[in-house]
Amino acid sequence: MYSFPILQAEETPNIISLKQPHIQIKDLHVVVEGQEILKNINLSIPNNSVTSIIGPSGCGKTTLLKTLNRLLDDSKDVEISGSVLVNGEDIYAKNAEVTHIRKKMGLLSQKPFTLPMSIFENIAYGPKIHGEKDKGKLKAIVEQQLRNVGLWEEVKDRLDSSATRLSIGQQQRLCLARGLAVEPEIILGDESTSALDPISTQIIENLLMDLKQRYTIVLVTHILRQARRVSDYILFLYQGEVIEFGKTEELLLHPKHEITKQYVKGFIS
Amino acid sequence: MANISKRLQKEKIAKLLMQLSGILITGSLFLILGTILYKGLPHMTWEMISQTPKGGFYLGKSGGVLNAIIGSLYLAGLSTILATLIGIPIAIYLHVYVRQGTAISRFSKLLFDVLFGIPSIVYGAIAFSIMVFFGIRASLLGGVITITLLTIPIVVRTLDELLRTIPQDLKHVTASLGATRWESAKVMLKYIRPGLFTALLLAFGRAIGDVAGVMLTTGYSDNIPKYLDEPTATLPLAIFFQLSSPIPEVQGRAYASALILTFLILIIVLCTHFLSSKQKKHQT
Ligand SMILES: Nc1ncnc2c1ncn2[C@@H]1O[C@H](COP(=O)(O)OP(=O)(O)OP(=O)(O)O)[C@@H](O)[C@H]1O
Ligand SMILES: [Mg+2]
Repeated sequence: MYSFPILQAEETPNIISLKQPHIQIKDLHVVVEGQEILKNINLSIPNNSVTSIIGPSGCGKTTLLKTLNRLLDDSKDVEISGSVLVNGEDIYAKNAEVTHIRKKMGLLSQKPFTLPMSIFENIAYGPKIHGEKDKGKLKAIVEQQLRNVGLWEEVKDRLDSSATRLSIGQQQRLCLARGLAVEPEIILGDESTSALDPISTQIIENLLMDLKQRYTIVLVTHILRQARRVSDYILFLYQGEVIEFGKTEELLLHPKHEITKQYVKGFIS
Repeated sequence: MANISKRLQKEKIAKLLMQLSGILITGSLFLILGTILYKGLPHMTWEMISQTPKGGFYLGKSGGVLNAIIGSLYLAGLSTILATLIGIPIAIYLHVYVRQGTAISRFSKLLFDVLFGIPSIVYGAIAFSIMVFFGIRASLLGGVITITLLTIPIVVRTLDELLRTIPQDLKHVTASLGATRWESAKVMLKYIRPGLFTALLLAFGRAIGDVAGVMLTTGYSDNIPKYLDEPTATLPLAIFFQLSSPIPEVQGRAYASALILTFLILIIVLCTHFLSSKQKKHQT
């Protein structure tokens, strides 16, 4: 059953999430075409906070994010071992139900990708496939989510026009709203602002910082200043391994490992 | 930097070659159109498109090819509809449900490439022997079955190419919203809808122009078919029969029939363009 999203901070935290982290990764290995892309990842991602994944290009950030959402399932030549626990449930367990797992996580990718539908339908799509048929409720969801991402005033008069007509920054906010409309618990962002201008970037960053009250957020970013601005925790990934994980300030200002130090100083990229 | 003039020369030659082939192909197109217009137009009467052949039509007496016009439209229309109804699920299945790069996926793609390339006389021959086995006579049904089989690979191959143009992002977006593969597939179909009409057009074009496939399986009749089990005339065959006649009047009508066939295809092309341009509004 689909329920109307009332996003009030007090109502969302469930008892489980207070006790254990939303996402726990255990002994995760990902092998693509015979090459080990992620090596023995063990990690707990703190709830209701923003965790940034940083690291040089090709170190496996996107891959890690995709394994959290089981988006690698359909790719060629991919072997995944280990487990990812979401609310204590292993999403790689044999009987795990993929669509349900994915619904729990909103994904915001690098380039906004609008579905070939109107603005309204883009947001209503998720609730619709999850069984919401009531037109009035759908309208309410669309309005609320568009307000959430600060897009309502800009598009309220053209909800029926194609989503592709929006500017890239508006599209990215639409994509965020579309993800939020299915009431996820976790938001995954893969360089979500890299195609945006500074103002749109700031809007998205502020949004994410607001949203962490209610969601667990994992972001991949190449911009250290952005990681510093938005995140509570930082994960430094290097050649498929977790080198360091810690509080933002600590990791950036006092990195424990030599490689982290070099990366943060900009010696490796 | 020094060889810039050489590079510009290459550019000029390449451009010249492209323009030449362009002129060549447009020229031959106009030659074809000119020929059928020149030879067919004098014989193009209202009678040709409004009447079935009367006694002695093939000797130059009165009548028209309405039987073949209707027959061709029935045959091509029904086959295209059937081929689409069967082809879309196959293409979607191969693309969405079968893992890419696996043996099954590669084998079925190869299979459809081969089926795509097999000439229609082979389809006709196979369908004919099946029909003989089951005691079905040459009829509209026989033709529809044959031409459907002939056009399914066209629909599947074209759709496969279209589905390949869909960004991976679409799958990821629908999947991460919790869509099942079938729900994803529906969005994919929506995405390729403008191109879908091209697939239908290709299928229809092949269907309405085919001679070899219908020769054995559909037969020929001077009457407009009322039921699926009646022999049915088709325009290409009508052209063929009339062209084989030694009587100039009848030969002229062959060109008039060719003109009608070309005109039908033109209408279909225009409709397709119109429909597909109406579908483009969500494409970037
Ligand atoms: N489908 C694939 N097939 C083969 N190799 C892949 C595939 N996807 C990823 N890889 C490899 O996995 C490694 C990690 O890729 P990934 O996209 O996770 O890097 P990333 O950290 O996100 O890099 P960037 O910062 O440039 O986005 C790379 O070496 C890449 O070449
Ligand atoms: Mg990446």
